Amino acid sequence: MKKSVVIIDYGLGNIYSIDQACRHVGYTPILTSDKDEILGADSVILPGVGAFPVAMERLKSKGLTEVVKTYAAQEKPLMGVCLGMQLLLNTSEEFGECEGLGIIEGNVKRFPKVWKDNKLKIPHIGWNKIFTRQEPLAGGPFDDILNDLFMYFVHSYYVETDSEENVLTYTYYEDFKFCSAIQKKNIFGFQFHPEKSGEQGLSLYEKFLSI
Amino acid sequence: MKTVRIIPRLDIKGPNLVKGIHLEGLRVLGRPADFAQYYYNQGADEIVFMDVVASLYERNGLQEIVKETAKSIFIPITVGGGIRTLQDITTMLKAGADKVSINTAAIKNPQFIKEASREFGSSTIVVAIEAIKDGDQYFAFTDNGREYTGVEVVEWAKKVEDLGAGEIILTSVDYEGTGKGFDQRLIQQVADGISIPLIVHGGAGSIEDVENLLFNGSTDAVCLASVLHYDAIKHLRSDMNDRAEGNIDFLLSGRSFMKFKPFNLVELKEHLHTNNIYCR
Repeated sequence: MKKSVVIIDYGLGNIYSIDQACRHVGYTPILTSDKDEILGADSVILPGVGAFPVAMERLKSKGLTEVVKTYAAQEKPLMGVCLGMQLLLNTSEEFGECEGLGIIEGNVKRFPKVWKDNKLKIPHIGWNKIFTRQEPLAGGPFDDILNDLFMYFVHSYYVETDSEENVLTYTYYEDFKFCSAIQKKNIFGFQFHPEKSGEQGLSLYEKFLSI
Repeated sequence: MKTVRIIPRLDIKGPNLVKGIHLEGLRVLGRPADFAQYYYNQGADEIVFMDVVASLYERNGLQEIVKETAKSIFIPITVGGGIRTLQDITTMLKAGADKVSINTAAIKNPQFIKEASREFGSSTIVVAIEAIKDGDQYFAFTDNGREYTGVEVVEWAKKVEDLGAGEIILTSVDYEGTGKGFDQRLIQQVADGISIPLIVHGGAGSIEDVENLLFNGSTDAVCLASVLHYDAIKHLRSDMNDRAEGNIDFLLSGRSFMKFKPFNLVELKEHLHTNNIYCR
């Protein structure tokens, strides 16, 4: 039977592009905010573009925060993209402190305006390389592909995990090093947009959906 | 390490890709989706679609083109021309655009930038500034370089940043379509005034022009139109002759090429890397 893939539709994010990326690698996702459809899915993608507090508010008003947490607790594959990744953390400092889903321990912070005497333009927009964390990763689905690849980033905030173990990749914005992908068991988060990162980005969708 | 972005810009009128000089005298080059696919395959970092008559007619006809393109092109797509309401933005994002570019509506009502960036996030909102030099100063124009606004460009750039714009696309109307190089003075003035990414458009005639622009580091991305189209058209021509509304022969006759030394994206990126300017 074909795997059921859900893209959570809560009115935010480039759902169309994510849908197209999934289709391109051979899947037909369901775009939904229905609790049962989400909980019953084989793979779930949490998109997100815009402001953290707005996104949390939308998830709450649709009754989805608990649904995402429950789904994640089942250890089925979950992928957060861009703001969707940031929502997985404990808090964000966007517009004051705001509580996130708390599925992966850590916080979301704003880029510094200046780093090592260089002005950092915010938002960070553009193609930067992702590099795997130094230690070999423990047999994750992305181990063999997530290194030295250009991906497309658009963000003003970045993720800082409490534990190094949850860091999948790092990226440098000018000289500023930040975590660009996270993992905890079957839960993944990408700060970049794999659906906007050409063929290499599409290969991440292929890998994720084959878990 | 800083990486720069190379962004083909496709000016659209109705169903066609067009190109003019100083944003005027538009000529049909072909089908937008063909060019977009060609540039994607060659490693374009983003694509910009601009409906160049939308403001004039108060409409934007790009939705279908964006929808078609976003099915097979997996890089960011920016759409501009005639975007004037939050609903217009929603429509474009739903069609597959990642960002919208706003000019006329922003000048008429600067608060629109604030509302739009709050609703969709700063990184979705690009403000397009069309600059024309008058004496020692540059002024912003709207309606694709047709309407004088009296708004000074650097002040305007600072203001749109404060209002929440995530990027600025700066067009030198004086240089646009001429191939005589970029207006470095204009670009430097704007770059010094803002701390959001700056995309520069208008003037590229050769690979060296692009290198000179990107070398000093104040520009984050460059929009290229004529200089890429005039190269692409040679490869896409046989396919297009059947469909385009003519004018290709005029372009290929040489007159329009006077100041241009067209190149493709692969050549450009190789050249930039050789000169220590990094991009994907």
